[in-house]
Amino acid sequence: MDTKTNHRSRKKPVEHLDHVVIRFAGDSGDGMQLTGTQFTYSAALLGNDVFTFPNYPSEIRAPQGSLYGVSGYQVQIGSKEVDTPGDKLDLLVAMNPAALKKNLPDLKKGGMIIVDTDSFTNANLHKAHYESNPLEDGSLNDYMVVQVPMTSLTREALKDIPIDSKSKTRSKNMFALGMVYWLYGKDPKYTEAFLRKKFKNKPDIVEANIKALKTGWNYAETLELIPVSYVVDEAPHHEGKYKIINGNTATAWGLIAAAEKAGLKLFLGSYPITPATDILQELSKYRQMDVIAFQAEDEIAGISSAIGASFAGKLAVTTTSGPGLALKGEAIGLAVMLELPLVIVDVQRGGPSTGLPTKTEQADLMQALYGRNGESPVIVIAAKSPADAFYRAFEAAKLSLEHMTPVILLTDGYIGNGSEPWQVMRLEDLPEIKPPRVSKRLENWRPYDRDEKTLARKWVIPGTPGMEHVIGGLEKDKSTGAISYEPENHEYMVKIRQEKVERVADYIPVMETEFDSEGDLLIVGWGGTYGALKAAAKLMKEKGYRVGLAHFTHIQPLPQGVGKIFERFRKIVVAELNLGQFANYLRMKLPQFRYEQVNKIQGLPFYETELVEAFEKILKS
Amino acid sequence: MTTQIKYTFKDFQSDQEVRWCPGCDDYVILRSMQKALPQMGIPKEKFVFISGIGCSSRFPYYMANYGIHGIHGRAAAIATGVKLANPDLTVFVMTGDGDSLAIGGNHFIHVIRRNIDLNIILFNNEIYGLTKGQFSPTSLIGQKTKTSPYGNTQPPFNVGELTLGAQGRFFARVAGNDAKHQTEIYVEAQKFKGTSVVEVMQNCVIFNDGAYKFWTDKDIRDEHQLYVEHGKPMIFGKNKDKGLVLDHDELKVVKIGEDGISEKDILIHDAHNPDTAIHTMLIRLKNPIVTGIIRSVREETLEEREAKLTEEIKRESKIKSYNDLVFN
Repeated sequence: MDTKTNHRSRKKPVEHLDHVVIRFAGDSGDGMQLTGTQFTYSAALLGNDVFTFPNYPSEIRAPQGSLYGVSGYQVQIGSKEVDTPGDKLDLLVAMNPAALKKNLPDLKKGGMIIVDTDSFTNANLHKAHYESNPLEDGSLNDYMVVQVPMTSLTREALKDIPIDSKSKTRSKNMFALGMVYWLYGKDPKYTEAFLRKKFKNKPDIVEANIKALKTGWNYAETLELIPVSYVVDEAPHHEGKYKIINGNTATAWGLIAAAEKAGLKLFLGSYPITPATDILQELSKYRQMDVIAFQAEDEIAGISSAIGASFAGKLAVTTTSGPGLALKGEAIGLAVMLELPLVIVDVQRGGPSTGLPTKTEQADLMQALYGRNGESPVIVIAAKSPADAFYRAFEAAKLSLEHMTPVILLTDGYIGNGSEPWQVMRLEDLPEIKPPRVSKRLENWRPYDRDEKTLARKWVIPGTPGMEHVIGGLEKDKSTGAISYEPENHEYMVKIRQEKVERVADYIPVMETEFDSEGDLLIVGWGGTYGALKAAAKLMKEKGYRVGLAHFTHIQPLPQGVGKIFERFRKIVVAELNLGQFANYLRMKLPQFRYEQVNKIQGLPFYETELVEAFEKILKS
Repeated sequence: MTTQIKYTFKDFQSDQEVRWCPGCDDYVILRSMQKALPQMGIPKEKFVFISGIGCSSRFPYYMANYGIHGIHGRAAAIATGVKLANPDLTVFVMTGDGDSLAIGGNHFIHVIRRNIDLNIILFNNEIYGLTKGQFSPTSLIGQKTKTSPYGNTQPPFNVGELTLGAQGRFFARVAGNDAKHQTEIYVEAQKFKGTSVVEVMQNCVIFNDGAYKFWTDKDIRDEHQLYVEHGKPMIFGKNKDKGLVLDHDELKVVKIGEDGISEKDILIHDAHNPDTAIHTMLIRLKNPIVTGIIRSVREETLEEREAKLTEEIKRESKIKSYNDLVFN
């Protein structure tokens, strides 16, 4: 009997688990995102490692009970490091038939389902396209089904609280949360504190929610259907302060840190687009730090205003997702030509066209590398996890400012919305950023004179007396910067802009591998698939294979030392959420190697188990 | 500004060879602007000229100031970023009817709506010049161009009406060959706090020559052009004998001295009137064509509103830096 992580003792036997995967699912108005977030915070504060992923529909409020209105929030908690939100679910909380139908395929055989039986009405079953009631027809016999009349129990518990009937019903998510807290021995005190703060002017709502939460806890305790309770022990303790952060917030904070480190003000020119909007929303909060978050009339105005702000001496950023990156293409070319610093963040989603706006994909890689007219090289980097988005955003700004070139930072819907603990960084502990910014008169200066090492030109800010100059999208003379149509000058300028980007390889870390440094299989990935690939590599190691993981966060230029790593493995497999864009890029850059591919294009992240299966198949072939 | 440097127009000339067609009104615009800038009392390094693409957009290269020759249609958006990033700069947008009203139409209306302190000089020649003669959004119905060989079927925008429709607070119109008034208007546009739109009726000598001759030619222009000034009666004609009156909610041209009309019956121009009704009538008038500052209504600018709000938030917020934010 373990009561260590438990504020009140549970009376049933306790089983210890390494990790557990839970999904809360209901109507998009059922408060499942809030419920999931609360569970995650409590678990993390009580010492578990966590990784989460929300899965919500494009429709804001789809018709109640419909299949396409189901909103889900998945979290994996562990007593060891967790790298992903998990593949198969140990527990599914389904608030209605549609949520059950949509999420059941992801539940482990033998897994637990908690359902609100009150919602299993004929009307709701019909909306979920059930021919018969799954709670009665034996179709759930492979699972442990906990049937709870959640709505009526909640309403009964709250009958003396003077709030309207709708608000009472709405509190059922806290009832569900209370049950799950009991099941995993998590103290609900953090959620109680959260509710008191959130509804501080509505004491009745606070009371109702806390009552529902406690009622759920007590109900689980007494319910005979649940014979045991579980505990996921604390993960090894790391020093320092941690925050659970999603990739979009991490991106915003990384940019704020970079601006302050460089001694510049931050300017964001952006236009709302899923799943990148959160970055614009986050940065809109920080006027007190002189962040200018300008919501423009369209994607093109977003980047164009950022180019103007960069000319005027700010750390300029534009944020978007795939379709928006397409619209910004011409302006990125202008920034390449002007040789001004500019960070372009693309939170990738399923494409082409509008595609799958709320789902994840890695199919904008070629667009980021080559999706512009002319020879238009930019630095391309990719964040590998929600917390890594902080460092990559900081680095994108640093490289852009110091090398006077646009940088595209690729994240995706999965890491943008997914969250994990991030060790809070102090500004003092981050690297210096030293842009070649000039705000006083220089003798004999010309706009396109270059630094010998980086090839960056100087960033001369309007308002500087005696340094007036005009820059533009027309090709310019290599020395004076004046318009030039000379054939050889154009070739020289095209090559030097390319060379400037390639030289960045001297300023980024040399490529490294994880796990084995030689062996049977090298797993190659880039960007947001890191967690799944790492988890799969661990499983492959447990099975006795000699595998390495080479995960790329720097795409253009590639880091040094890649060839030396690749030649030490019998097989190389490139796993990515597209048809093989990075594999093809590697075939072009390092044609001496043979690349196997694992690709998934379902709007979903990789599952570790499907990766292991695919890798084993490749090794056997 | 304690020590004000005295500039002449030469201080604003760049060393670049001017490459517009001989006889183009763009030369007049360039010289008028170079003459206007020394009158503004602003240090040279604080001027920024932003342009898009088109004949008009070569303008920044010919000025000895900071500038960006941008991409087609986006000058207003680029300029918005410059001005928001540093409100201390004086920013001009040099653009044309294709650049601002076709490909850049969205930016044009939104920049006006926001009322950012930018000065938009719109060269309207009712044709695409740099691509050699296709109809533009201000070309007339029936106008024969390379892409409308049988006559244009698309109705034109009226730049003034579009500006007012987008909540424009400052609108002026001036003839492309009228150097004196251009210089005056550029100075006033710069003084005005908020987005100012100056429509320069610019003759394209190659692809749309004579489009405005019926009211801009020297020998007839006094009879067909009314240059309005705030607070003054709207009188025109070589002998200053014609004027505008309001008759049954319509503007009507009357002759002073006829039908008992005297100068005091003539409508006084009120550019500061927030109501757009008479300004719109002036903008739509076909004979005479109304030039001068038609509308000039001071309202809070975006930068002023932004600065005020930021100031307020700074006073209230405990978060002053990145470390405050993340260790909060």
